[in-house]
Amino acid sequence: MNPSTIKTPRAAFKKLVLNEFRLMKRVPIGLVLGLGLPVMLLIIFGLIPDTGQASKDLGGQSYFAVTFPVLLSLVIMSQSVMMLPRVLVAYRETGFLRRLSTTPAPPAWLLAAQVVVNLVVIVIGSVLLTAVGMLAFHLNAPKDWLGFLVAIILAAASMFAVGLCIAATAPNNGVAQALGGILFFVLLFFGGLWLPRPLMPKVLLDVSNWIPFGAAVGAMQNAMQGAFPTAQSLVCLVASVVIFGYLAVRYFRWE
Amino acid sequence: MAVSVSHLKKVYGKARVVDDISFSVNEGEIFGILGPNGAGKTTTVECITGLRRPDAGTIAILGLNPQTDREALHAVVGVQLQSSTFPDKLKVGEILDLYRSFYHNPANPKELAHGLGLSEKLNSYYKTLSGGQKQRLSVALSLIGQPRVAVLDEMTTGLDPQARLDVWELLEKIRDRGTTIILVTHFMEEAQRLCDKVALIDKGRIMALDSPQGLIDEVTGGKQVRFTPSKPFEDTLLTKLPEVKTLEHQGRHIRIVGSGQLVNAIILTLAKHDIEAVDVQMEQATLEDAFVKLTGRHLHQVAEDQAK
Repeated sequence: MNPSTIKTPRAAFKKLVLNEFRLMKRVPIGLVLGLGLPVMLLIIFGLIPDTGQASKDLGGQSYFAVTFPVLLSLVIMSQSVMMLPRVLVAYRETGFLRRLSTTPAPPAWLLAAQVVVNLVVIVIGSVLLTAVGMLAFHLNAPKDWLGFLVAIILAAASMFAVGLCIAATAPNNGVAQALGGILFFVLLFFGGLWLPRPLMPKVLLDVSNWIPFGAAVGAMQNAMQGAFPTAQSLVCLVASVVIFGYLAVRYFRWE
Repeated sequence: MAVSVSHLKKVYGKARVVDDISFSVNEGEIFGILGPNGAGKTTTVECITGLRRPDAGTIAILGLNPQTDREALHAVVGVQLQSSTFPDKLKVGEILDLYRSFYHNPANPKELAHGLGLSEKLNSYYKTLSGGQKQRLSVALSLIGQPRVAVLDEMTTGLDPQARLDVWELLEKIRDRGTTIILVTHFMEEAQRLCDKVALIDKGRIMALDSPQGLIDEVTGGKQVRFTPSKPFEDTLLTKLPEVKTLEHQGRHIRIVGSGQLVNAIILTLAKHDIEAVDVQMEQATLEDAFVKLTGRHLHQVAEDQAK
């Protein structure tokens, strides 16, 4: 057989994904962060009296309904901005990626496998969060389903781009974790976990609108009320996919 | 020809780490790349396996270009790197199974694990392995694709003597099946035992390139024999023999350097003249001696110099 026609067995990708699931199960920080924390916060908010009441200050929505998209974005962020870079940078630091690059399996497959397992957790987390919200706390389904779905998909795409960008540029695991940790709180703040977006002063709201996390929360909040995400939020999300995606590809190092 | 490297150069900043290295390896050969730490051995094999882009020179490995045919190359070339680890929470068997899935015609992982003394560790987490076990796993992974060429960088570093012997035996078996092996080492003993041909590298250059015995003969002048004659005799009695190169008196002893069936020739000739050779000692020079002759330094000295 002519060696140049040999292609790596595609079953290898399945094995890589399987191994990433194993590792996620054995080192379940990601599961705690992506599944446990948002659901726990949702339940706590739901149990606080009156959070389910429609509020004039919040444009007729309940505090609970306004917070739900923030927690949904938290599910996405904990996997894409926190977990993904953490794991990938560790793989680079320990030489696992470099070792892989000496096999017929392209190391990009390992990146893809990481994205796949984190996406699966995001889907499970989102379904879980939605189910708890709707069944236990009478959360209304989004009035614009399509807009909501578009918002979630773009939110995931932009935050994976940010995560891969961190994985690409962080010189070591300590930096990746510190960056992830800082972003975690900053983004949650601008997403409105502590101060809901409708209550934010104009300056804060402007910042929130122009960072991907805030734009994602805003787009979901609009869709919940029946409005398609604003052009501005869509532009912000797509632009961040392009910019951070480009930076990730441009600066990614295998060793 | 399994591997051919010509005029390879790699520069980091101002340091010429690899400075015009050329060699070729025949199919089914074990080729040793020897030298002290920092000699450029690792960089050389990193270029051969496509991990680094050479600044100049050409490399063909089974007719493939490491830079442009990477996927095809890695399907037939197994690589063992000096420093690479795996996720702590993967089991040995799982790692073998993962790497096995990368190849079309992989080796039997159980057999391979057995040959490397890892059978009992298949169900253990990577984290729990000793340094030597990690090293053996790394060797196993480089061979699991049944490669036509295996490149092993310091494969027995950190192994205890018994484990080292086991790995050597395994490599000899694999070579006998027709696999070409490139072995990077600073262990002279390992090279002497395993290699068909060795390149002695120092400061990015090839100092010598030959079979281990050829290298030793070439550098140290050949075999050395020391004995005490039962009675004095004329030097020419022995120096006229074709096997003898030099004869030297050391007190009562005589030291002869030569080649071929040196001991037989000496004893037979002396016996004809009723002279007995007492206390015959063969002084077998080693690759280490060859290295010292070539560079004026011992390998351990080189390591100490680097520590400073």
